[in-house]
Amino acid sequence: MNTSAKAKSGISWAWFHKLGSPKWFYGISGRLVPWLSVAAALLIGIGVVWGLAFAPPDYQQGNSFRIIYIHVPSAMLAQSCYVMLAVCGVVGLVWKMKMADVALQCAAPIGAWMTALALVTGAIWGKPTWGSWWVWDARLTSMLILLFLYFGLIALGNAITNRDSAAKACAVLAIVGVVNIPIIKYSVQWWSTLHQGATFSLTEKPAMPAEMWLPLLFTALGFYCFFGAVLLLRMRLEVLKRESRASWVKEEVLKSLGHVSSQPTSRKGAGQ
Amino acid sequence: MNPLRKKRLLIIVAILAGVGIAVTLALSALQENINLFYTPTQIASGEAPHDTRIRAGGMVEKGSLQRSADSLDVTFVVTDFNKSVTITYRGILPDLFREGQGIVALGKLNADGVVVADEVLAKHDEKYMPPEVTKALKDTGALKESIQSAPGASQPAKQG
Repeated sequence: MNTSAKAKSGISWAWFHKLGSPKWFYGISGRLVPWLSVAAALLIGIGVVWGLAFAPPDYQQGNSFRIIYIHVPSAMLAQSCYVMLAVCGVVGLVWKMKMADVALQCAAPIGAWMTALALVTGAIWGKPTWGSWWVWDARLTSMLILLFLYFGLIALGNAITNRDSAAKACAVLAIVGVVNIPIIKYSVQWWSTLHQGATFSLTEKPAMPAEMWLPLLFTALGFYCFFGAVLLLRMRLEVLKRESRASWVKEEVLKSLGHVSSQPTSRKGAGQ
Repeated sequence: MNPLRKKRLLIIVAILAGVGIAVTLALSALQENINLFYTPTQIASGEAPHDTRIRAGGMVEKGSLQRSADSLDVTFVVTDFNKSVTITYRGILPDLFREGQGIVALGKLNADGVVVADEVLAKHDEKYMPPEVTKALKDTGALKESIQSAPGASQPAKQG
């Protein structure tokens, strides 16, 4: 498919073009999923227990600040996931890579759940500390728009029956919607909001002591691993569905059915 | 990268830049409406409309809180270290409400320049500390400095 480009740009792009091969993806993701799952379970487990039971309470908010250990990771992931969707959109539109659309369609519902989780935990946190479940400030509103963007992507992907047109439409929506991400990120600095600034950033020291931010680091990394594992599982299923006519899929399905049922029905799993 | 892909990439970048500029212009035009609250300086200079529901935000001035003896009425002064505005409120204040803390009050600005609030929200900053640390800081007298300078002075001033 991409032979001319492969020859021109040499070996450095080989991995990138390999990603476009469903069979290669299916093989490598099968090996990654167990590692990611174990890492996610360990990191989230340690982080949540540490954060909820052992980290010190806040001097002003007491124990109610502990919801940060779910709120911040889910909000970070919700935004990163959308950036990933936009990158997938670019790859899908420019390089016409089918796997990019698979990734986009499979990641959108996870991102929507993470956004919803961030909004719900934020509301639960807001009631005791601010005195209100919901305020129409810039951060909260832009986050709500992100949720609607996710809903739009999911709806658009399912509304168009032609797979290629759906992929194109979703890619464009994902790319245009990415404008919202810097707005979410900097809303607390550009406008006066009720929401406080970022506690965590890559460049500065966290505005909390180590015994408070270390559990947060654990849960944040754990959420990313969880996202990776769930995304790969969903993509593997989607790949099997889309490539159901390919011979390697029939072999894979037969192999996995092998120790479940010994009936040699080749149609059973390979169909829809 | 072959020419066709380069062209597609350029189109995408152009679309993204266009949408970005459009959104930037729209947001800067809506600047006033997006800000959650008016700062005391804005209220003092007459930017806030009278007799409609507005939000006023700032730091509660030290020693300004007065509670009524026989009702839930409270009066306090909110400042951004430049101008200040008096707020009256009847009701239960949120747990985080205290002097030296940022708040947002929802209510009407009357002719005397007093905000009659029907809702008070407490704003907290992004700094979290264990109570022991606060106690240690308080003992050495460092906390007063940090509270005065960190969330208070920086936020309303920056956002105003």
